Amino acid sequence: MTNEVMLLGGMTLVTFLIRYPLLAMSGRITLPPRLMQALNYVPPAVLTAIIIPTVLIENNTLWIAPDNPRLIGSLAALCIGLWKKNLLLTILIGMGTFLLWQGIGGV
Amino acid sequence: MKTASNLTRWQEFWAGARQTIPLIVGAIPFGIIFGTLAQTSGLSFAGAIGMSAIVFAGSSQFIALGLLGVGTPLGIIVLTTWVVNLRHLLYAVSLVPYVKHLSQVWKLPLGFGLTDENFMVTIQRYRQDDPSPYKHWFQLGSALAMYVNWQLCTLLGLTLGQSIPNARAWGLDFAMVATFIGMTIPYLTNRPMVATVIVSGITALLAQGLPHQLGLIVAAIAGILTGVLTENHLQETTPHD
Repeated sequence: MTNEVMLLGGMTLVTFLIRYPLLAMSGRITLPPRLMQALNYVPPAVLTAIIIPTVLIENNTLWIAPDNPRLIGSLAALCIGLWKKNLLLTILIGMGTFLLWQGIGGV
Repeated sequence: MKTASNLTRWQEFWAGARQTIPLIVGAIPFGIIFGTLAQTSGLSFAGAIGMSAIVFAGSSQFIALGLLGVGTPLGIIVLTTWVVNLRHLLYAVSLVPYVKHLSQVWKLPLGFGLTDENFMVTIQRYRQDDPSPYKHWFQLGSALAMYVNWQLCTLLGLTLGQSIPNARAWGLDFAMVATFIGMTIPYLTNRPMVATVIVSGITALLAQGLPHQLGLIVAAIAGILTGVLTENHLQETTPHD
């Protein structure tokens, strides 16, 4: 129990100390134009860095094959997203394709 | 179309909540699986509720469960949490120009609620040209919607945990990947952005072996630098007239 309190306290503290301090000091910070330009690339860079390994790596090995349901689901999501530009539809089609492919694979 | 600058505080708030709904759909399976896995990983019922309530950082909570399950020392779990959440520092910097006029009473909850989903929706709102003075209400609405959903899903997962013991094997956490793909697509509008995504993705694969999920932040920075360099290069090679 004490361990859990320390675990939660530690995780909360380190997370909050990443998210909050820059906002707290924001009134006294002026970002150089170069940095402002770089920050435009933050969302796609971070999202891709999360997506790609999750989709393509299974048990520490690269899995690029038609029997990888995550890969097929992702491709479906990508296609429908580029075509329809609708976030909810992208998620539903991606998820549906993934589940279907996983079912076919007999998991 | 009604111009966004006419919106009241509460209209901004609800718009933030509403535009977060698709991302909530993607987060629901993730939250439920967290709840179902918590107790098999050795976290108590109260511990799991508490973790979602006060840490409120999905992917690091997941990784913490995995580490707990294999008996990792507490300090290492906290260190890994820090590295995994380090990407939020990039979000915080990005928000600096937009929140500097706010009081700490605002900055505190906005900082606490700064998740991936919250940032991705909110930064789009802040970057819209209209001069609405209430865009932070949009951010608050989005954060609160994510927060309430995360608590409910954790609770649901904890109570369902007994009946679906092997929820992770269903792969429902793929919903998060689909969500993130959907959030990336609107950015793929020019060559620097596409270059960013390609380099970030490849680097993430190459850096996969780094300890404590460090690969994520390395890949993100590589992608960001690529975007800037590509953009600058295109500007230099385009004739000015």
